[in-house]
Amino acid sequence: MILNDKNAGRAGSRKHVISGRLDRMFIELSRVFHFLVRFFRELFMPPYEFKEILNQCFEIGVRSLPLISLTGFIMGIVFTNQSRPSLAELGATALLPALIAVAIVRALAPLVTALIATGRVGSNIGAELGSMKVTEQIDALEVSAINPFKYLVVTRVLATTFMIPALTMYTAFVALLGGYVNINQNEQTSFVNYFQQVFEAITFLDIFSSVTKSFIFGFTIGIVGCYKGYNSSKGTEGVGRAANTSVVTSMFLIFIEELLALQVINALRSL
Amino acid sequence: MNKAKSFIDYSKTVLSIRGLRKSFDDFHVLRGVDLDLFQGENLVVLGRSGTGKSVLIKIIAGLLKADEGTINVLSREVSRLTPRELDELRLKIGFSFQNSALYDSMTVRENLEFPLTRHIKSLSRAQVNQEVDSVLEAVGLAQTASQMPSQLSGGQRKRIGIARTLILKPKIMLYDEPTAGLDPITCIGINNLINEVQEKYHTSSIIITHDLTCAKMTGDRVVMLLEGQFGRQGTFEEVFDTQDERVKSFYDYNFTN
Ligand SMILES: Nc1ncnc2c1ncn2[C@@H]1O[C@H](COP(=O)(O)OP(=O)(O)OP(=O)(O)O)[C@@H](O)[C@H]1O
Ligand SMILES: [Mg+2]
Repeated sequence: MILNDKNAGRAGSRKHVISGRLDRMFIELSRVFHFLVRFFRELFMPPYEFKEILNQCFEIGVRSLPLISLTGFIMGIVFTNQSRPSLAELGATALLPALIAVAIVRALAPLVTALIATGRVGSNIGAELGSMKVTEQIDALEVSAINPFKYLVVTRVLATTFMIPALTMYTAFVALLGGYVNINQNEQTSFVNYFQQVFEAITFLDIFSSVTKSFIFGFTIGIVGCYKGYNSSKGTEGVGRAANTSVVTSMFLIFIEELLALQVINALRSL
Repeated sequence: MNKAKSFIDYSKTVLSIRGLRKSFDDFHVLRGVDLDLFQGENLVVLGRSGTGKSVLIKIIAGLLKADEGTINVLSREVSRLTPRELDELRLKIGFSFQNSALYDSMTVRENLEFPLTRHIKSLSRAQVNQEVDSVLEAVGLAQTASQMPSQLSGGQRKRIGIARTLILKPKIMLYDEPTAGLDPITCIGINNLINEVQEKYHTSSIIITHDLTCAKMTGDRVVMLLEGQFGRQGTFEEVFDTQDERVKSFYDYNFTN
């Protein structure tokens, strides 16, 4: 790869630059592929690092909780408040709880949770593994006969894969509470009445598809952060870049996945 | 070098390398390295920056793969081991990293416990504590047990790094630039520690360095890596008793600066 870089620079012609970039892209893609294959192979091979998995679940869950509580609650209030005028024009303010429920459960909670977790957890994983790589801590694990991939990567990816759906459900709940506060103030709807309307509006498919989506988002955040950190380049700027690119790449992938999921879910709905 | 060291046995090789080659892309770092490490000795590998000293010991510990050649460690051929066998072998090799590589999310005590509790499950809490205290004692840093690595000085980190490898009682120690980046007095302390480890634990060690004081103090034998091969070997004096410009300039630079 370093070689391609040099050649591209020296040759200077546009053609070389482009073919150098393409080469690098394919090398990168094949490395990502190998990383994924390795993940699934090591996932099923003992020893299983149960203690470290729980440890990471705790870290990831607890680390994101304050921010997610706050964001979710405010999101519920703001979304409810902003939706009211449009419904009022149609004289349909009574539908507000149903609208909020559908919007939050189907779209907002999974997406907002994933994006917050990307910023909070994904960048953290990238930086943590990046600095472990750069300071040879990963090599140190390996020479003391501890499989660093299993100990660091598999544990973190499993933790994000299972914690992001849990956090998503929590976000949805907090956001619905936010919505309730706003509706209670304006329309004086009671707590029980509000949640009755909410649960009437959402279907099993809504919840199922959101949870499935969150699993995929969680896996993405974990695997991207780990890949970027584990393959971080030498030097302190490598660590910064690992943290930064994990966030950018994860966000990009999450939006693509969201779009794809939308197509799949719509297809399922029309069955 | 003239110390009488009864535990050195020059008839027993613990590590033997033949025809080792390693390149990165088309950059040839090691070009046919032959090396023997004898039971109980301190072998110093000298060489300028970028000559592949770290690459050499990373290959020995199985962190990098050789392109060609045989590496025989404690009568096992490294390239032919299964991952499990390689792990078993690694437990007998202590690797002290160039920048210590302490786990910075753990305290000093946790750093030392970690390899022990991972590999020897039968130990009781009291036994673990006792082992940790004993290696901390050996490197002279008993008071740092509850500190985080970031609170330690460079020299202290080196010592804890060495302690962490000693805790599994390795047969072979690999030191990657143990004195790099330390002041001269701290260097001497580390050199003494390397000699104490040799005497107390009877390890066979490879010490990689470009610090000639370190080479002189710790080395029973010295080899010099020149252009990807071992150019010269012998005692410290023998290696530098030459007209070879590459070797002489190395000596002059170290002792006239
Ligand atoms: N993983 C790697 N990928 C590509 N090139 C590498 C890799 N590891 C080492 N090299 C190259 O191999 C050469 C030797 O590196 P090495 O780290 O062994 O040097 P060294 O003798 O230990 O130097 P120093 O005294 O600075 O530590 C360097 O030129 C380095 O660029
Ligand atoms: Mg080096």
